[in-house]
Amino acid sequence: MRLATFFRPLALVLAGLAATALSPVLVAAEQVVVYSARNEQLIKPLFDAYEQETGVKVRFLTDKEGPLMARLKAEGANTPADLLLTVDAGNLWQAAESGLLKPFVSSTLEDSIPAHLRDPDNHWVGLSVRARTLVYNTDKVDPKELSTYAALAEPEWKNRLCLRTSNKVYNQSLVAMLIAEKGEPEAERIVRGWVANLATSPFSDDTAALQAVAAGQCDVTIVNTYYLGRLLRDNPDLPLQIFWPNQDVEDSGVHVNISGAGITRHAKNPDGALKLLEWLASATAQDSFAGENLEYPARAGVPLAPLVESWGEFRQSPLNVAFAGAHQAAAVRLMDRAGYR
Amino acid sequence: MTASALPATVNQEARPLWPRLAIGALCILVILPLAVIFLSFTDPQGDTWRHFSQHVLPRLLLNTFWLLLGVGVGTTLLGISLAWLTAIYDFPGRRWLTWALLLPLAVPGYVLGFVTIGLLDFAGPVQSTLRELFGSAPQIPIRSRGGVIVVMALTLYPYVYLVARNAFLTQGRRALEAAQTLGFSRRQGFFHVALPMARPWIAGGLALVLMETLADFGTVVVFNYDTFTTAIYRAWFGMFNLSAASQLASLLVVLVFIALALEQRSRRGQRFTSATRGDHSERLPLGPVARWGATFWCLSVFALAVAIPLVQLSIWAWQSRGDFDSRYLGFLYHSLVLACSGAFVVVALGMVLAYALRSRPDRVTRVLGRFVILGYALPGTVLAVGFYLPMSHLDNLWIKLGSYFGQHWSPLLGGTLTAMLLAYTVRFLAVGFNPVEAALHRITSSMDEAAKNLGASPRQIVAQVHLPLLRGGIATAAVLVFVDIMKEMPITLMTRPFGWETLAIRIFEMTSEGEWQRAALPSIALVIAGLIPVLLLMRTSDTRAHNSVNKDENGF
Repeated sequence: MRLATFFRPLALVLAGLAATALSPVLVAAEQVVVYSARNEQLIKPLFDAYEQETGVKVRFLTDKEGPLMARLKAEGANTPADLLLTVDAGNLWQAAESGLLKPFVSSTLEDSIPAHLRDPDNHWVGLSVRARTLVYNTDKVDPKELSTYAALAEPEWKNRLCLRTSNKVYNQSLVAMLIAEKGEPEAERIVRGWVANLATSPFSDDTAALQAVAAGQCDVTIVNTYYLGRLLRDNPDLPLQIFWPNQDVEDSGVHVNISGAGITRHAKNPDGALKLLEWLASATAQDSFAGENLEYPARAGVPLAPLVESWGEFRQSPLNVAFAGAHQAAAVRLMDRAGYR
Repeated sequence: MTASALPATVNQEARPLWPRLAIGALCILVILPLAVIFLSFTDPQGDTWRHFSQHVLPRLLLNTFWLLLGVGVGTTLLGISLAWLTAIYDFPGRRWLTWALLLPLAVPGYVLGFVTIGLLDFAGPVQSTLRELFGSAPQIPIRSRGGVIVVMALTLYPYVYLVARNAFLTQGRRALEAAQTLGFSRRQGFFHVALPMARPWIAGGLALVLMETLADFGTVVVFNYDTFTTAIYRAWFGMFNLSAASQLASLLVVLVFIALALEQRSRRGQRFTSATRGDHSERLPLGPVARWGATFWCLSVFALAVAIPLVQLSIWAWQSRGDFDSRYLGFLYHSLVLACSGAFVVVALGMVLAYALRSRPDRVTRVLGRFVILGYALPGTVLAVGFYLPMSHLDNLWIKLGSYFGQHWSPLLGGTLTAMLLAYTVRFLAVGFNPVEAALHRITSSMDEAAKNLGASPRQIVAQVHLPLLRGGIATAAVLVFVDIMKEMPITLMTRPFGWETLAIRIFEMTSEGEWQRAALPSIALVIAGLIPVLLLMRTSDTRAHNSVNKDENGF
């Protein structure tokens, strides 16, 4: 029977692997275990460097935030994880809210990371800043026409706006911050205005929205800066330019989100986790934590990648990013009502 | 009694107990994750449901309905036409097209979707070039309902193709001949004889397609097409409401269960038992125009579903070749180990299930038999969490037990391959079961009786009568499960041991931050690795061709 011969070696391999996988992991040196929603190629170089510098082993496991939090909850007191690393503030807020994180005290972190990028209750801290800003087609838009996120809801932008889907957390955070800043009715008016101005149905990712602006399908879009950075790295001649919105004194500043981390409630090595956090907030680590993905460092005074530097300085919204989490559910419902898909 | 008792007991009239036990054990495995999902109703979400019913449900139900209908019709047309052509007729390129048409199995739907949109959307090369040449270009509405249906039909048709081809190979030509002696034309023979005879296969393959369509997240997200699945994830990740998400998911489970039960009912009273060992007659010739027409049709499907995306992927992979390093050997090894062992376990359990249903075809067993394959229709991440929760609970109990003895026992299941294989079983049992069950349908009880009268033991009946006839079904199931596990993300992500990275996880790492170009490298590796079982099966069938006339027997 040929199938049997096909499967026999596999059965042996399977048995052997099951045996090795079942044997307990031997723990020798100190280690910190990280559950990370920030992807492997962005964190591994840093963890390798930390290991080299301190001798502490960093083991990590990547997944999306939702499953990682469900996993932490399910594992309870027996979780191996010491640190939860995410790519947006909303999920950190939610993790703290459901009791998965443990507050920490660190003057180092308080000194190096601005207050609006940290949890007011010290459950988590931002490590890099993701600015969500306007990008326009230089052939079709005079930057003088642009001013704020809200202004894109005005009728003069009819059929000129491209947006990414409201399923993405970045847009959910943006609308959540609009709610925090202006209240729900006004936020809904703005979102409805955006929807009315769309040139085409929302895109599944920021890069596609940028390409549509470059190709002239629409004139302006709202994206995270590093997507533009990646696109320009490969095609420097695209007619795309950044505009920093909400910069007038009476305005709120550019909407920022964070990639950040918190220590798990049942961490086996909370001290080691805090040390790793502090190291990630240090000047050297900040450089590559943000630079690797063309993001902005959370710590002030860290040099920027040349391309990022060329986009100029801007004023961030001083509202604490925790609001993004607190209003996120309301933001999703609002976008459902407004027909923003 | 319609079916034989297998393994036969001394008293032939006695109903064996083992089928109930086997199905019971599988049920427990499947019930745990489903119970987690259904238990969400203990946390009522009235307000959220009011919001859903007003602003979300009407559109997503309509969207899901059209998607199922479109993909169902599309895969049936593609699958049956390709299967009929390659099984019955001879035309230029038939040999390699026969297996090449299976390759979409190895191309994940979201990859084809992303490539198609990239090529055809406003900013893509096709429309851009047209605009440059003529000043304006017709808008191709690729990011639309039609677009997502076409792409999903092109990636999922092999489920129908594979099983339908198997059916046509073993009975098609003979059925056609019989029909012609009765005065039917070829066309009438196809519609009135061959197609109805192949129905259980096609229904089985189509059921897989529809369940996979319902569970799909990757492809619909690329098209920003809202379905049940996207609503589930929006409620979970966007509104942080896992309860409401689970309740939506349980609605999905109920719908699928009803659909499966209806399909089962419609088949009641029909028997499909034209089993023969292969088909020895010659392939039918086609006219000069029809010959090339057949080639053109097969080639077009191959080009759209495989060649174009592969070329685009290759270009991207070349651009990101700097990512390639020795770790890829490890990714490949892990993927293969998971897919091989998973295919083995899932198909073995699928066979157990199929035999259990055959030996004990009463209503309760049948209903339970449908129940245990529901995992395939659930969005992967929901199922992964549903599986992980009871598993962790068990582990926590185990660790607690250890602490009573003053011991530090490491988790029993968490982070082991066993856990991964159990989770894959819950997810893919339908895939391991449907093709085997369809093949088993054709073995008549009279064949068992005959073997028995000749003095064969139950084991001999299975080994010498059944297995050779089931080979095609088993091979089909094994290939499908293998490829499905290779592509699977959520369960692999959730249950893998530390450092156990696979090709699919590599793709996840790249696409989760929108780095589609860099995901091309692992995608290509995945497609190539997915070729392995197809080629292996081809080789086995080729060797057999030297010894027997039956070179097409196992479907390749």
